[in-house]
Amino acid sequence: MIVSVINRLVVAAITLVGVGAIVFVLLRVVPGDPIAMMISPGASPADIAALRARYGLDADLATQFWMWLKALLSGDFGMSISLRRGVLSLLAERLPATLELAFAALALAVALGLFLAVLGTLARRTVCEPLIDALNGLALAVPDFVWALALVLAFGVFVPVLPLSGRINPSIDEGFVTHFYLIESLLRLKLTAFADVASHMAMPVIALGLPLAAVIVRLLKEALKEAMVQDYVLLARLKGMSELRLILQEALRNAIGPTLALTGVQFTFLIGGTVIVERIFSYPGIGNMAVDAVINRDLPLIQGLVLMFGLIFILVNLAVDALAAFFNPRLRHG
Amino acid sequence: MSPILTIERLSARVQSRDQEILSKVSLSLERGEVMGLVGESGAGKSTIGKALLGILPRDVVITGGAIRYDGRDLLALPARERRQLLGAEITLIPQDPQTALNPGRRIEAQLTDGLRMKRGLSGTQAHDKALALLEEVHIREPERVLAAYPHELSGGMRQRVLIAAAFALEPRLVIADEPTTALDVTVQKQILRLIRSMQEAHGTAVVFVTHDLGVVAQICDSVTLLYGGTVIEAGPTANMLVHPGHPYTRALIDACPRYDRPDAGLHPVPDGVISAMRRDLSQRYGRPV
Ligand SMILES: Nc1ncnc2c1ncn2[C@@H]1O[C@H](COP(=O)(O)OP(=O)(O)O)[C@@H](O)[C@H]1O
Ligand SMILES: [Mg+2]
Repeated sequence: MIVSVINRLVVAAITLVGVGAIVFVLLRVVPGDPIAMMISPGASPADIAALRARYGLDADLATQFWMWLKALLSGDFGMSISLRRGVLSLLAERLPATLELAFAALALAVALGLFLAVLGTLARRTVCEPLIDALNGLALAVPDFVWALALVLAFGVFVPVLPLSGRINPSIDEGFVTHFYLIESLLRLKLTAFADVASHMAMPVIALGLPLAAVIVRLLKEALKEAMVQDYVLLARLKGMSELRLILQEALRNAIGPTLALTGVQFTFLIGGTVIVERIFSYPGIGNMAVDAVINRDLPLIQGLVLMFGLIFILVNLAVDALAAFFNPRLRHG
Repeated sequence: MSPILTIERLSARVQSRDQEILSKVSLSLERGEVMGLVGESGAGKSTIGKALLGILPRDVVITGGAIRYDGRDLLALPARERRQLLGAEITLIPQDPQTALNPGRRIEAQLTDGLRMKRGLSGTQAHDKALALLEEVHIREPERVLAAYPHELSGGMRQRVLIAAAFALEPRLVIADEPTTALDVTVQKQILRLIRSMQEAHGTAVVFVTHDLGVVAQICDSVTLLYGGTVIEAGPTANMLVHPGHPYTRALIDACPRYDRPDAGLHPVPDGVISAMRRDLSQRYGRPV
């Protein structure tokens, strides 16, 4: 157990350093100069050289990488060139917004996916089943940004009930101490603020969550169908269990493995999807910031963001493995 | 006393293939009796067992006849009453202990489902009853086994657990569908003896499905021999094995390996016997057999 934990930590560290190195080199090889993006047209070569030196861009590649790594290990992620602020504090400010969005979308996808997969299994061989399958096929074919645009049309334009952009109405000032507005407003029972934050999140969350929900329904329903004809389900049915109980108690835990693994992978895609969805809704998370960082060739910020995405990816995978072991006793070793 | 089970002229067919797979099958079982339901693969043994338990696949429909359990027609019984009988008074020992236990649930949970759901036992009561049951099927360290998952037990242990589960609610009729086919030869004998001793101790009637006449000789009081969904011959075991009435029965007996006379060699059932029987059955039941 301890050995496998240490193993995983080592692998995680190597992954992060690897991701960091690749991005570092890549960013400096592709054309595009961050200094050129920030200077005014009349700047003298001396000014430019001074700026390059200030951001450490004048040294050779190996030295630059070494300096960056050394700084990282002491917790210094560098300064954003375009925003002129520490990368770490920028991430700390923006990441909570994206995390709330991503986990809300995950929660929606899991709840909706589970519900429809179980309903579809209950309704197998009735007229409801092809209906669920057809709707699901449709949902599978539509990507998140198309949902986003459709939602904007529906609830922003035709029936304007939801705010189109931002995270919170600027007139609401609750003096938040964290950047987790949704959670904090709920815990502090600031219900007006909570409702406002939730209504801002509604459209991006639905846009991000629906495609994942569709994947879960498709995979889980198929696996449940297979599990429901196993001998142990037959025996349990003989004992007099209801269909719903057969699905939830007997079939689900054995059917969920592949869905869980794929949901983990899809969740990291979902976090990738926040980049464009946050852009559409001007939602102040790291996705939106990433677009600006790339446009501005803001190397330190891009590096920080990529490391952040890498860390999230690693943590999601750890969580998926832990959950898989929880559901499948054969995966647990002492 | 009246028989615990009588099947009267039971017929069944596969709808999608429009094929009859049981033709007017009749048999009768006394209380506490062990009946061997014998026949080669595809003879319809499992179909009869499933019809008794009400777990026929959707594609298979019963087209005629009656199944009388303790005087009641199972096929005509309201669903509620049927559910109360099945899994309590009529239970199943499945063929493959590998697939008949849920890999994701502990043995205790699976063994006590019926006790909690049908008898309303509390968790502790069910636990004590489960312990007693495991001891009865000669499982050492029953506490450890109760806390185990199926993959931590051997095939023989799993089958013992399933036998314990089948007898948990004091059934009066147990269907055992080839309960030893999936097991090692060394374990098979122990499991056979266990089923017989449990059956005797509880006075339970057993329908023992098998393709092995050797097994029949060991534990069955009576035999019903099937071929192609029809009954070929039925009667007390000793009688039938010593004085077979049908050429097919005699040929089957001759085909059994004789461990007491290894030099005797094997005698496969002659083709002539089978083709003559099939001609005869096709004529009698008006379908290809
Ligand atoms: N669900 C089914 N669909 C189609 N054919 C079936 C089905 N169940 C049983 N049969 C057919 O019925 C016959 C008897 O099957 P079964 O009762 O399983 O035989 P046994 O248990 O004696 O080997 C076989 O020919 C088999 O192919
Ligand atoms: Mg069979």
